[in-house]
Order: sequence, then C-alpha cells, then structure tokens
Amino acid sequence: MAINSDQDIVAARQKGRALATELGFTTGDATLIATAISELARNIVSYARKGEISLKMVHGSSRQGILIIASDSGPGIRDIRQAMRDGFSTSGSLGLGLPGVRRLMDEFEISSEPSQGTIVRVKKWKQ
Amino acid sequence: MEVPILKQGEVLIATFQAALSDADLEHLRRGLVQQVVRFRSRGVIVDVTAMDVMDSFASRTLREISHMIRLRGAETVIVGIQPEVAFAMVQLGLTLEGVATALDLEEGLAYLIEKFKNID
Amino acid sequence: MSKREITSRDSEARGGPAVEIVRSEAPSELLRELVAHLRQNRTLLREEWVVRISETRLLTAMTKEEIFAEATSVYDSYVEALETEAFEALQAYARNLSERIIPRGVETHEVVGIVLLLRDVLARSLFAKYQTDFKKLNRILDAYEPAANRIANTVAVGFVQERERVIRQQQEAIRELSTPVLQVRERLLILPIIGVIDPQRARQLTEQLLRGIRTNRAKVVVIDITGVAAMDVTVANHLVQTVEASRLLGATVIVTGLSPEIAQTLVTIGVDLGKMNTVGDLQGGIEQAERLLGYKVVTLAEPRQA
Repeated sequence: MAINSDQDIVAARQKGRALATELGFTTGDATLIATAISELARNIVSYARKGEISLKMVHGSSRQGILIIASDSGPGIRDIRQAMRDGFSTSGSLGLGLPGVRRLMDEFEISSEPSQGTIVRVKKWKQ
Repeated sequence: MEVPILKQGEVLIATFQAALSDADLEHLRRGLVQQVVRFRSRGVIVDVTAMDVMDSFASRTLREISHMIRLRGAETVIVGIQPEVAFAMVQLGLTLEGVATALDLEEGLAYLIEKFKNID
Repeated sequence: MSKREITSRDSEARGGPAVEIVRSEAPSELLRELVAHLRQNRTLLREEWVVRISETRLLTAMTKEEIFAEATSVYDSYVEALETEAFEALQAYARNLSERIIPRGVETHEVVGIVLLLRDVLARSLFAKYQTDFKKLNRILDAYEPAANRIANTVAVGFVQERERVIRQQQEAIRELSTPVLQVRERLLILPIIGVIDPQRARQLTEQLLRGIRTNRAKVVVIDITGVAAMDVTVANHLVQTVEASRLLGATVIVTGLSPEIAQTLVTIGVDLGKMNTVGDLQGGIEQAERLLGYKVVTLAEPRQA
C-alpha cells in the first residue's frame, strides 16, 4: 500500500482492521493494530512524505499473527534510541509515535539510515 | 468528509460520522471555533462514537478544539469514546488531559448543563 | 486402499511368480494374521500387560479393578485399530479415557508408558510365536511396528490435547472469577482485585471494566486493591492506565486499599500517584463514590433551576 497523503492513512488502517478481523483477532486487538498502522502511516506522511505499508499474516510456533512493515526512503532517524524515548519528536507533534506503537504491539523492530530511509517492522500475535 | 454541526440552544453538537482524515479533522476544528463565535455558544459536544481509531493526530486535534473553545469562554466535552478505543489510546499515551469526557451524548449534555449552572 | 493398489501394480511390473508368492503376504494379510493371534491370546496377554503396569508402578492413582477394566478396553481398541487401520475410534476412546483419568491426577508419562508397555508385551508374544521362522517374524514386525507406533502416538497426542483443553478451561474460569465487576448502586461499579496481576490479566481486567462502565452507564468506579499480593512498577502503570482509560469513558475512578508500604514503594520507584484518586479503605471509597454521585442528584433536582 502506497502512503502519500492523509487519505492513505485512513485507507491503510481500515485495511489493517479488516485483515486483523479476518484473521480472527478480537475487536480490542484489531483496534490496537489499526491504531498502530495509523501512527506508522502518519510518521511516513509527516517525515518522509511518501512510503509504503505492507500487511502480512505470519505463523509462529503455535500461533498466528500479523506483521506490519512501514518503509520509506525519507530523511531517516539520526538517533533511534532518542526517538524511542517518550516525548521525543522532531516535527512538533506529540512525539509519542514510536514508543506508543511499541506498546500497542508485541514485537517491534526498527532500522534507519540518515538520508536513506526508515523501516519499522511490528508484529502482533493472536492470543 | 463533512462533519455536521448541529445547534441545540446554547450547545453545538458535532458528530463524527466515520473514519476522518487529517484534513477533515482540521476542517472540523476551524468550523467549530467559527460557529462558537457566530452563535455565542456556551458549550460544545464532540461525539466520537463512530470513530474506531483515535491516533495521536485525532487526539491532538480534540485537545486543540477544547483549548481554543475555552479561550472563547465556552466548554467542550468529548463523548462516546469506545472501550477498545480508550484502551488503545492509553497504550499510546493519549489521555486527553485537561479535556472533559462523558459516556455519551446524554451524559455530555448533563455535564454541560451542570457547568452552566455553576457559572450562572 | 491406495497402498494395496501400489503393491499389486508393483507385483505386475515385476511379473515373476517368485515375487508373487512373497507379495501374496501383503502387509494387510500379515496384520490379519497378527490380529487373529492377539484375539486368541487376549486373556493371557492382557493379564501380562496388567502385571507389567503394576510392576512399573504406573497408574498408581487407580485401583487394580479399574486398571483391569481400562486395560480390557484399551486392549480391544488397540487390536481393532490394528485390524481396521482406522484410528478415529481409538482417538475418541483416548480422549474419553483422558477425560476420566485427568481429574484423578494421571500424568502424561503414565499414559504413554502403558501404551508402550502394551506394544512391548504384544511384540514379545510375536517373537515367541514366530521364533522358528525368522523371515516371517521380520515381515510380521514390519507390519506391526508402524501400526503400533501410530497407535502409541494417537493415544499420547489425544491425552496431551485433552490435558491442554482442561488447562485452558481452568485458566479461563479462574480469570473470570478473579475479575468480577460488581454494580453496587446505580452508576457505581466496584472492582475488587485479588492475587497476582500479570500484563495479560491487567489487560483483561481493564477491558472488562471498560465494557462494564459502558453497559452499566457507570459514573464512578471503586478499584479495591487490598487483595493485590505485590505491586511493582509494571502493575502500577497498568493501574494508572486503567484509571486513565476509565476517565476517557467519562467515569471517575477511586482506588482503595493501597497500603502505606505499597504507597511508599510506588513513590520511591517514581510512579505518579497524583493522577489517582485514592481513599484508605473500601468503605471510605464507596462513601466518597456515593457523595460524588449524590452531589449530582441533589443539584439536578433543585427546582429553581428548572
């Protein structure tokens, strides 16, 4: 899914909720997943202007889950550790984006190169 | 997507219909503040019952609405946050601090009427 | 029976009469012979099996008579599974058996143990029967072993699955019991929390409370944590989140039963108690809740304001 505008943020989270529901997540979990997608898509629009979000079903040893990958080739994050701290932001937003997303999901991975872009991979397992 | 704003006596009621984009939210914020001025409203109810996701932007917009309207001397109350949405919000750290909340439209109206009485 | 088709095609391809003779003893035929042997010696073999079970000190939670009764059923199901190569009946029996013996404390190793013992008892009797014809013994074992192993597998898996189902059911029951959201007055909920709070339970507790607030249209919630065993920074943060989420639904939360020791710990580790409305004990909490609710009723009922 291409993320280029604030309309795409809405479309991405709606798709995420639909997929989560289809996979059998509870309404509560589907809401957490949709909210995380919304935040990740918002980061793309605000910092990189355009990027992509892909949603995949994943299999663990005994459970199913959903994998969300948000990638962009924007300015990247200079200090990831600082970005993961609550309250940090470079675009004047609340700065809760990434640490908040980590709390919403079960697994969180980020890699970023300054002026190369950022990739965030998050997973949520079905209970 | 337009958010209809309903005038009910001294109170304005804005009902979120479905998933709103950032542009819709900003449009709503401007519209509400303008109408509060125009109708000299004393209270605003924002009904978010239909919202299935409340992310940082939506949450910040609601706070801004509440603060700007307070600067106009009126009160705002957010009503209808769904249980799952509230759970996701606190996980994200979005607690709408300093913004009044109520269960639904009925409760929101009762809250405002109570507020008006205390001021009168 | 695709297996047999392959065998016959195979023998056609080879064509030779010598091969035909060997192939005439298809695995299924060997199994039939085997089953007949096991049926004939049922009493003896079953007896030997039961002796081996008690020698190995398995199924100690059951009486001799019970073991004998179960052994008879298992023996017959076992032979039937060998004969029909259909495992559904055995699977159903294994589940049924597990359902009966799990509450008595029978362990996984015991169930696996007795099935393996039966496999060995039967194998030994086959050795005894065919000891003079080594080639035949080999063919018999070729037919017997895969089926016997599948049976052992089926029973073990059936038992473990049943055990997991029971455990899941119990966990759910405990969780339901441990988070009761009680309505004591109109618009007033009480949530007494007892025991240990892990992240999973904290989440369930919060979701249940939020749903309760909505369905009961609650304005005030008293969360009593007198019965909470330990409070660390994680649990405290969950509690703060529960309070915040309740407020988003328009409900005020009063926390009661916070002991001075726990309060001291929380302050020391830097948990912000300022966001929490705390009252010493449950009684005081309910009184304050009623004041909050009652205050509202009085002002609204004021006739002058109408």
